[in-house]
Amino acid sequence: MSYVPGSVAVVGAAETTHLGAVPNLSEIGLAADAALNAMADAGLKPGDIDGIAWVGAMRPQLLAQYLGITPRWVDGTSVGGCSFMLHVRHAAAAIAAGYCNTALICHGESGKSRIAGAQRPPEPATLNGQFEAPFGPFGPPTLFPIPVLRYMKTYGVTEEMFATVAVVQREWAGKNPRAMFRDPISVDDVLNSRMIAWPFRILMCCLVTDGGGALILTSADRAKDFPGKPAYILGSGESVETGMISQMEDFTSSRAFRVAGPEAFKMAGIAHADVDHLMIYDAFAHLPLYGLEDLGFVPRGEAGRYIMDRNTAPGGKLPMNTNGGGLSYTHTGMYGMFALQESVRQVRGIAPAQVPDVDISVCHGVGGMFGASGTIIFGRDRPS
Amino acid sequence: MTITLEPGRPKPMPTPETKHFWDGAKDGKLLLQRCGDTGRAYFPPRPFSPYTGTRNVSVFEASGRATLHSYVIHHRPVPGFTPPYAIAVVELEEGPRMMTNIVGCPQTPEALPLDLALEVVFVPMDDAISLPLFRPAATPAAGRTGVSMGVE
Repeated sequence: MSYVPGSVAVVGAAETTHLGAVPNLSEIGLAADAALNAMADAGLKPGDIDGIAWVGAMRPQLLAQYLGITPRWVDGTSVGGCSFMLHVRHAAAAIAAGYCNTALICHGESGKSRIAGAQRPPEPATLNGQFEAPFGPFGPPTLFPIPVLRYMKTYGVTEEMFATVAVVQREWAGKNPRAMFRDPISVDDVLNSRMIAWPFRILMCCLVTDGGGALILTSADRAKDFPGKPAYILGSGESVETGMISQMEDFTSSRAFRVAGPEAFKMAGIAHADVDHLMIYDAFAHLPLYGLEDLGFVPRGEAGRYIMDRNTAPGGKLPMNTNGGGLSYTHTGMYGMFALQESVRQVRGIAPAQVPDVDISVCHGVGGMFGASGTIIFGRDRPS
Repeated sequence: MTITLEPGRPKPMPTPETKHFWDGAKDGKLLLQRCGDTGRAYFPPRPFSPYTGTRNVSVFEASGRATLHSYVIHHRPVPGFTPPYAIAVVELEEGPRMMTNIVGCPQTPEALPLDLALEVVFVPMDDAISLPLFRPAATPAAGRTGVSMGVE
């Protein structure tokens, strides 16, 4: 049995009521706020939900009880910021297999205020604790950009190209009232911003915010009975590569991207030319370049030039990260849920920076430091 | 060149699968493992080959020669470190890569060109643990500088 493209759809989608600094809610409170908003979007109550996903060990049961849900399907997959792409993929398979009818996928993270969060440094006996932590990495800004110099040298990529990623995404953010940073910036602004971990400066790094989001999925046969327009799931892919960025096979390309992306395209039965809208998780400015190349939108080494030529900018032929991205919209620590929300808004036709006539949106996420990947392809119409 | 580490640097805790590596480091030896099926070296330590799954593996002493594969220069304060400092990944002559710090040279892009020839230096944290760090090679072997060695 294989997944039939479009047989499952998102019928409810919402973010937390507030994004940014939300000091009055803990992590589970943010997840619940998003879940209630998504249920309101779909016209559902907790008793209508029979599947639940929340990131983390022994956490789905906490949220299920908190919301008053008795699930028949549970997923606690926790591979970093793209976990929600994997939850969507797993939920679509579960619904297609009859494991549940209506699945709720939640995210809440107190990334900025750190209220009841779950972040911990690596234990000294883990592989990360023995073979990375002693050399001074301190969070994602010191780890995620480690491959960048090798990528730059291999393909002649420049700092201006990474800066342009931030500039273009700020243009998109300027069209979005909920984006955290909306004022225009220039390449010079980025290249003169505070140094974090050379070659990356602060405007090449994502925000840190509080927030959350939730998605409700059900079978396409039921999808037309809901108040909002459905976003059909055409295809999906997932993979992991490594929990240690020092052990990434190729510093110029993500193996997890190269597995997840093509799998999703093959399942959906679409070509790159069919894609109207693209989200590529941008925790840091190099990720859209790796994503564009590893998913096959541009040849190796050409993504920087492609972005400088404004192909992904407003008015370009492949609008990308149209909410402003992790660089300008919001980033709780696990941004994948927000990329998914923007893809759903775009295929529903209700995004603040709406791209005209989006039939197909590709949403690609990363987890950890090039550690994991998930890709979801959404369609406005159910394939006949 | 005497290198001392600042207090506060995270200290590795060996496990049964990695104890030989840290014992070797304490004795000034960089120990890798080799797959019995393919002859390929691998890292980090584990009691089987990541290439074929065979448990027929052996421990051997690496040359200690490496090239600078990629890095960042961190500019923010971190316990145990004084910024700016490079967090690097080096490619060992035998093929595997490992995270480390580059010592004995300025922590600047100019002093740290990619593919720079390096050699290992072990710096003690305490009586049990020494860290493998790398410094620019004293006399780069002919033909090695600027060449990515790849898998042996």
